Amino acid sequence: MKINIKKPVGIVTLLCAFTAPQVSALSLEDLAKRLDALEKQNKLLMSENNQLREAVALTNDKVEAAVSATETIAESTSGIQKLANFADKTSIGGYGELHYNNLSGKGGASDKDEIDFHRFVLFFGHEFTDNIRFFSEIELEHSLVKDTDDGSNGGEVELEQAYIDFDLNEQHTARAGLFLLPVGIINETHEPPTFYGTERNPIEKNIIPATWWAAGAGAHGELGAGFSYDAYVHSGLSVSDSFSVRSGRQKVSKAKANDPAATVRLKYTGVPGLELAVSAQHQQNMGQGLVAGLDSGNLIETHAIWSTGPFTLKALYAAWDIDGSAVKAAGADQQKGFYVEPSYKLSEQLGIFARFNQWDNKAGSNSGSAENSEKEQWDFGVNYWPHEDVVIKADYQYQNNDDGKDQNGLNIGLGYQF
Amino acid sequence: MKRILLFSAVFFFQTAIAKGVYQTPEAFLETTFGGNIPTMSTIWLNKEKKKVISEFLQHSPTFIRVKYWQQGSKTAWILNEIGKSKPITVGIVIESSNVQQLKVLTFRESRGWEVKHDFFTRQFDNITLDENQQLSSPIDGISGATLSVRALKKMARIALYLEQQL
Repeated sequence: MKINIKKPVGIVTLLCAFTAPQVSALSLEDLAKRLDALEKQNKLLMSENNQLREAVALTNDKVEAAVSATETIAESTSGIQKLANFADKTSIGGYGELHYNNLSGKGGASDKDEIDFHRFVLFFGHEFTDNIRFFSEIELEHSLVKDTDDGSNGGEVELEQAYIDFDLNEQHTARAGLFLLPVGIINETHEPPTFYGTERNPIEKNIIPATWWAAGAGAHGELGAGFSYDAYVHSGLSVSDSFSVRSGRQKVSKAKANDPAATVRLKYTGVPGLELAVSAQHQQNMGQGLVAGLDSGNLIETHAIWSTGPFTLKALYAAWDIDGSAVKAAGADQQKGFYVEPSYKLSEQLGIFARFNQWDNKAGSNSGSAENSEKEQWDFGVNYWPHEDVVIKADYQYQNNDDGKDQNGLNIGLGYQF
Repeated sequence: MKRILLFSAVFFFQTAIAKGVYQTPEAFLETTFGGNIPTMSTIWLNKEKKKVISEFLQHSPTFIRVKYWQQGSKTAWILNEIGKSKPITVGIVIESSNVQQLKVLTFRESRGWEVKHDFFTRQFDNITLDENQQLSSPIDGISGATLSVRALKKMARIALYLEQQL
């Protein structure tokens, strides 16, 4: 509160009016002295107040400067990275998963009682300019790679992605290098906290076959109204005379490149919670021209994901149609499978799921080695996320394979991403 | 052949605007307040606010203050959060503790582009915070865009929470 003391006479009059009995005991000289003292004190306070105002203004300036500096550093991916312009454009991430399988084999199938750090993955990305980016993924599988006398070892070190994206404009991006093929649900997005089940589903593993990468070039982008596309020409499979598609992945390691392949995908995500996609791939020669009776092949994959509130339903179908007399004789000219997976999130941290999988890698025949080749697997389980990027999984798998060789039991997993 | 080249040229080079910027903060505020933008205000994160926001983000905030613009019961907030590796900038308009609009202003992630479209952000309209400081209605996610969706939900919660603190 500001007190106007510039008119001492007025104040004296005022004081006299209210304190007449006391004033009578004081002389006017005493009052004048007291007023002088008050005036002096007031001047001192005003001077101090001005100094404080200046100090506060200066402090505000300092705070503003400090906050701006703090925020500038904090706005980079990491404060330390900001120290170097190069590091500011480089990002690091990763994921990993530890699995425990306790499966009992029956009908001739083996038991599986195993603990395995299945995947340890690191991502490195770098932004050369706003329109040219590099992305890579390097993976250590099964925790160990060692030199052994007989050439066998426990794991693999794999370069799963190493590509450069060139933005052509706001909607379209060209891609070249080594990249994951746009097929299925988990081939491109397979960080453990993003899916249910300790092990990946057997359809995408044995039919598609995920994780599946190749070297090549192409483009991806948006078409408007919720539609997007991917289109690539890339290195092909090199399937042996066992006709196992999964074993035909060359992983871009001195890969035979006699016959290329092409993959296209059309995806619709124009409604929140809904994804519809169809992928098609043509392999010019499934065996790179090295296997008699094995010619071209076509893969069709389609899937749907519907999420509403805590409920999600996933369904996927994939099928190969392969030409060639030998592959046809083995019944492997048709390889197909599907799965359906409903899940429900009881809370932000807890979700339950069930999945039915059916697949056949020799669906083209019902005789010889192709007899009783159809496989079925049920999975039931739970995911618990103690943090949004950390997951603990437990599930039970029950197989009902036509050949009677089943592995049933418990899987437990720990996964993370960052 | 000429037709193919012409089609390719139109298809790939049809636009030439700044990559990833869908609306500038100035344009967002201009639209929100009809050309009469109020003076910018600042809310500082004290210990309590920092704790709450850390819980929303699941990590410590990289900012110590948040700027906002207020006109009557309407406030506008501009926030950033990293999706997978790049910051996503959103503008959020709140009217009487309800989200009136959530708009993605900048998006530079290589995946999860769906979140920038109105068909996704419309889900935030009229949303508020419940007694557990969660969004009052579920936001349906997008497969493959989990991290971007998550970032937008976090920013909506922060804006709603800070608006309650004014």
